[in-house]
Amino acid sequence: MLKISKLTKRYGSGDPVLKELDLTVEGDQLTSVIGSSGAGKSTLLRCINRLVEPTSGSIDLNGTEFTTLNRRDLRHARRRIGMVFQSFNLIDRLTVMENVQSGRLGYISTWAALTRRYPREDIRHAYELMERVGIAHYADRRADELSGGERQRVGVVRALMQRPEILLADEPTASLDPKTSEQIMSLLRDLASELKLPVIINIHNVTEAKEYSDRIVGMRYGRIIFDDLPSKLTQSEMDEIYAGVPAMDRAEVGAVA
Amino acid sequence: MMSSQSMQQTLDHWSRFTLQQRLMRYGGFALTLLVVAWALSSINVIWEWVWDAPVQMGDLFGRMMPPDPSNLPSILEAIWQTVNIATLATMFAVVVALPVAYISAQNTTPNRVTLWIGRFILVSSRSVNTIIWALLFVAIFGPGIVAGIVAIMFRSIGFLGKLLGEAIEEIDTKPVEALEACGASRFKIVLYAIVPQVMPAFFAIAILRWDINLRESTVLGLVGAGGIGMILQGAIDTFNWPEVSMVLLTILALVVFGEVVSSYLRKKIL
Repeated sequence: MLKISKLTKRYGSGDPVLKELDLTVEGDQLTSVIGSSGAGKSTLLRCINRLVEPTSGSIDLNGTEFTTLNRRDLRHARRRIGMVFQSFNLIDRLTVMENVQSGRLGYISTWAALTRRYPREDIRHAYELMERVGIAHYADRRADELSGGERQRVGVVRALMQRPEILLADEPTASLDPKTSEQIMSLLRDLASELKLPVIINIHNVTEAKEYSDRIVGMRYGRIIFDDLPSKLTQSEMDEIYAGVPAMDRAEVGAVA
Repeated sequence: MMSSQSMQQTLDHWSRFTLQQRLMRYGGFALTLLVVAWALSSINVIWEWVWDAPVQMGDLFGRMMPPDPSNLPSILEAIWQTVNIATLATMFAVVVALPVAYISAQNTTPNRVTLWIGRFILVSSRSVNTIIWALLFVAIFGPGIVAGIVAIMFRSIGFLGKLLGEAIEEIDTKPVEALEACGASRFKIVLYAIVPQVMPAFFAIAILRWDINLRESTVLGLVGAGGIGMILQGAIDTFNWPEVSMVLLTILALVVFGEVVSSYLRKKIL
């Protein structure tokens, strides 16, 4: 279970991007986070594994408080969180297998990493997962030879190689065509239930979000203003999530404060 | 209405520069001419010798013809020595330049102090010419091939380190982020996300430097640091012009050889 409470992130001395945000995710739920650009979706996701350092608040994953970990412990804890990225973030010049195994870098020895002598168990697991998402025949191909959808599958397998307790996906389909995008979304949904893995997805495509998620979280300027089943997301709530300009919202906040 | 009228009036006028810009440019040209004139007048050219040059050139060329191959075995031996100086020095320099590049790239250096040290090594290596390094190392190691290798190496470290450091600074940081998110250590991130990205630049730079070193090591002999330059110096000192031309032809062949090999390797790797 991931429990975020009173999470605040402020870049420099500006307005906070996240404002005392609370969110709990558990089970094998697929949660989609929607909201206009600048709402803080990406910052929220990156605060969870501290790719972005939170300003204050608490992040608890199955009993581990992430915000207070030192560098070494953070590195160990990060192995428990898988992450999938908008632009896949693969290493182009390495093979698919090396990319997939890089998800295990937190576990294997430096020597094994250098000589590419991966543990037998990891290789078996990699083939299993690659078979599951349909890229096993690409194991020896260079990552940059693959199409967008295939590359994102490599990204997903890399994250799953960690045997994560939660999967974060930062706009995983935004660089893909509509058909491929749907394939990746349904893959993520199926994996969530197969592996009993909670998944949090940042997404711009609301139609896809409604179709594939168990739960939708609507963000606006650093706050959660909607959190319910996809069927409960009505047009008026959509308007509220996507309406307004930052300046108006700030003026509002100022008035309240 | 007013604005569209006034626009129509100005529509048949266009010039690339305003009057002020034009004056500035003329001023710039005039200043350049002045500097050139001043430089020429201050270097004390003996013009009779300049006008005499074509005749002298013809004369020298006549004395160089035909090249004398009688000393060819020792010339070839020296050229082989030259190739070895360049190759060994490039290899050593690459090994030393790797950590220097790592600490002098903004995005990989551990801290400010190491960055400063790295930059200092690069600048000091680059600001001293190979010949001057060679003079220094001939004094330390005595005349010979070792001084040559170390001199070329010291000059190459700056070149390789600087270009390699820039290649490291230009990498795509997205894979780095992904591996950080996996919980990989700093060293493994370098191994998996940085090394593969820098690899092509690394080979291109190393080959280029080898090519340059091949040419630089031909003159090392002039200061006693081994290689073909020693024979060239000897031949010039004894006015043995046919042998000088033979040496020059051999150097030309070497440079062409270096060019061919390096362009072949570049094509093979990239």
